[in-house]
Amino acid sequence: MSTPAIQIIDLHKYFGDLEVLKGIDFQIDRGEVVCIVGPSGSGKSTLLRCVNLLEEPTSGQVLIDGINITDPSTDIDQMRTRIGMVFQQFNLFPHLTVLRNLTIAQIKVLKRSKEEAETVAMDMLERVGVADKAHEYPIRCSGGQQQRVAIARSLCMGPEMMLFDEPTSALDPELVGEVLDVMRSLARDGMTMMVVTHEMGFAKDVADRVVFMDDGVIVEEGPPSEVLVNPRTDRARRFLRMVAEK
Amino acid sequence: MATRKRRVGPWSLGTVVAWLITIFVVAMLAIVADWERIGHHFFNLEVAEAMLPQLLTVAARNTVIYTIASFCIGFVLALMLALMRLSSFGPARAFALAYIELFRGLPALVTLILLAFGIPIAFSLRIPGGSMGAAVTGLSIVAGAYMAETIRGGIEAVPRGQMEAARSLGMSHGRTMFSIILPQAFRIMIPPLTNEFVLLIKDTSLFYVVGSTPATRELVKFARDFMSDRRNATPLTVIAIVYLLITLPLTYLVRRLEARVGRGR
Repeated sequence: MSTPAIQIIDLHKYFGDLEVLKGIDFQIDRGEVVCIVGPSGSGKSTLLRCVNLLEEPTSGQVLIDGINITDPSTDIDQMRTRIGMVFQQFNLFPHLTVLRNLTIAQIKVLKRSKEEAETVAMDMLERVGVADKAHEYPIRCSGGQQQRVAIARSLCMGPEMMLFDEPTSALDPELVGEVLDVMRSLARDGMTMMVVTHEMGFAKDVADRVVFMDDGVIVEEGPPSEVLVNPRTDRARRFLRMVAEK
Repeated sequence: MATRKRRVGPWSLGTVVAWLITIFVVAMLAIVADWERIGHHFFNLEVAEAMLPQLLTVAARNTVIYTIASFCIGFVLALMLALMRLSSFGPARAFALAYIELFRGLPALVTLILLAFGIPIAFSLRIPGGSMGAAVTGLSIVAGAYMAETIRGGIEAVPRGQMEAARSLGMSHGRTMFSIILPQAFRIMIPPLTNEFVLLIKDTSLFYVVGSTPATRELVKFARDFMSDRRNATPLTVIAIVYLLITLPLTYLVRRLEARVGRGR
């Protein structure tokens, strides 16, 4: 069997005295799409943010393609170019045009020429369907467009895997679909994806595996047809009932 | 309503009384004041004219040069201090904090005298540029302390997600600071930094205590020399006008910029 894309070993994370991750063991294979669901405060965003070390784990290991990124001697900046990340609040750079948002890291980190970076950027904007906004500032784009630009910005670095931190939670309901469509097409193209989401429909359709977290531990995991339809645990059942009632 | 009835149109009783008192005081001053003396000593055109070429070519020019020099050096200092203040390295944070508190806590004049006289006496060490070099260095040190806090505030006002997004793209902390955070922070900082510039213009007047040659005088020293020569106070009026001609437009500009930043957010 090949090395997993993401492997997490006995991960603990404290914020002060509060233990938000209580020993997580879990892995994602190449090309796999995994959705993390669970009530807010369950630690799912923190877990995601530990995968590219935006959050420093208190103990435990995170291995990306077999490389231990929690080892201080690992070049984390280089590793992060291989792990795309999409945020709830988009976090586009407001002082740069959409095109510059997509080229700046390519030029500064991957040392691509401006022309090369712009070619890649336009390809990616085309792919997410916002090429016409290339020369606008992010503020002139709708939330859905901004999030698609953010996805394109990550894709420009040529990542092997993508992390999504509640990518549709800040969007107006009518704009959710266009972002989910882009994510769906990424999944179809074989991208390894770890998605923290409240979109149960998306999880059911797209995920190869669903992980249900609560109170800092993984309570249940398996194919969506099991975890989301016939959960084994009470906690998962209660959560799904609450989500369904919304 | 009861309170309405006591008013006579827009004029309340209090307003009328205040106006009467003001008119009375102004009238008394106008009668009592020695207008001839005031005119001769504060608004003497002959004295003002005698100041003219040098007022602009030497004094005002020097004031502007000293201000810009102190601002630029102070700004570089301030940027380093602000980054140290936000650094994760404890000793750097402690040093920056001590520096900022020290030079904001002391009167600027003490720092100026320290550099112009204290250090040369103690170490027989002369700061390049003579006494004005020392004064500019001193004012830069003080300006750096004040501006460091302005810059830190600007950096902290940029949302945390900006740093996270850039870092997740593989940009280093320093690269993110210079390409992503600082350009946004400077937009926020432009009004307070312009304000700092206005304060510095006025603070260069402190240079008059450190001793200067006729060619290196700034506005206040220039005016003082003229006052001694002519036994006349008009130079004060003249430099007051020059100061206001520089500071008022800048103050107005700050207000405009603040309104724009306020709208933009």
